Amino acid sequence: MTLRLQLAASNVYTALMSTLRLPGRFESLPKIGEFVVKAARAAGLDERAVYAVELAVDEACSNIIDHAYGGEGIGDLECEVSWQEDKLIIILRDFGKPFDPEAIPDPKIGVSIDELKPRGVGFFLMKKMMDEIRYSYTPESGNTLTMIKQKLST
Amino acid sequence: MDISITEYKRCDVVKANGRIDSSTAPQLEEALNSIIEAGRYKIVFDMSDVTFMSSKGWWVLIETQKKCKRYKRGEIILVKVNPNIRDSLNLVGMGSYFQMFDDLTAAVGSF
Repeated sequence: MTLRLQLAASNVYTALMSTLRLPGRFESLPKIGEFVVKAARAAGLDERAVYAVELAVDEACSNIIDHAYGGEGIGDLECEVSWQEDKLIIILRDFGKPFDPEAIPDPKIGVSIDELKPRGVGFFLMKKMMDEIRYSYTPESGNTLTMIKQKLST
Repeated sequence: MDISITEYKRCDVVKANGRIDSSTAPQLEEALNSIIEAGRYKIVFDMSDVTFMSSKGWWVLIETQKKCKRYKRGEIILVKVNPNIRDSLNLVGMGSYFQMFDDLTAAVGSF
């Protein structure tokens, strides 16, 4: 883990940034969870928002292992956190298959239990838990998922 | 994560602690399946010490509920669900598939 302090001369706020890189295995998830919880608390988010961030990141990393890499131990997960006075920014990177967020259906709500399908639940939760989600892919830098949580958001 | 199973006359009480995510959900699944395979379908899941649950964990509970409710032979009931977990379950509409209690004795007594 690297921690560096960035002081922007033109900005009165201090943006702190920290990066964690771990093998793409499910056993890495608690460590990534701990890492983002610490950052979310340091950024000053309330406990409800801290949980929302932990859940969104866990779902995202689990999807990366399951879908982008297609299994455990194929590639790494990189998690970068930074925060400013009003928000926490989390960037997840992987070098697995790209995906099309538009193609992921929202889960059906209010159906009978036998009609429930697991597909799309994780992504739906990520969208609900965070204030903003951006996705990009380039062959050089792989998949980049940026998730933003504003302070004092509901 | 540690899991314990206590067998009562009316039902089985399962207790887990910590974080239920993609790495630990299979352990929970194994514990719940062992009860069902023993022909017991009335389960109380004491979640008082569960601090985090991802959708992988919820799917284990959903699959267990389907098996328990088949032929109306039983049910899995959740006890002392952390408010953050309950909120996220409700957000995807999954909370409606479970009875939730705040009191373990009341949950056991409901069977």
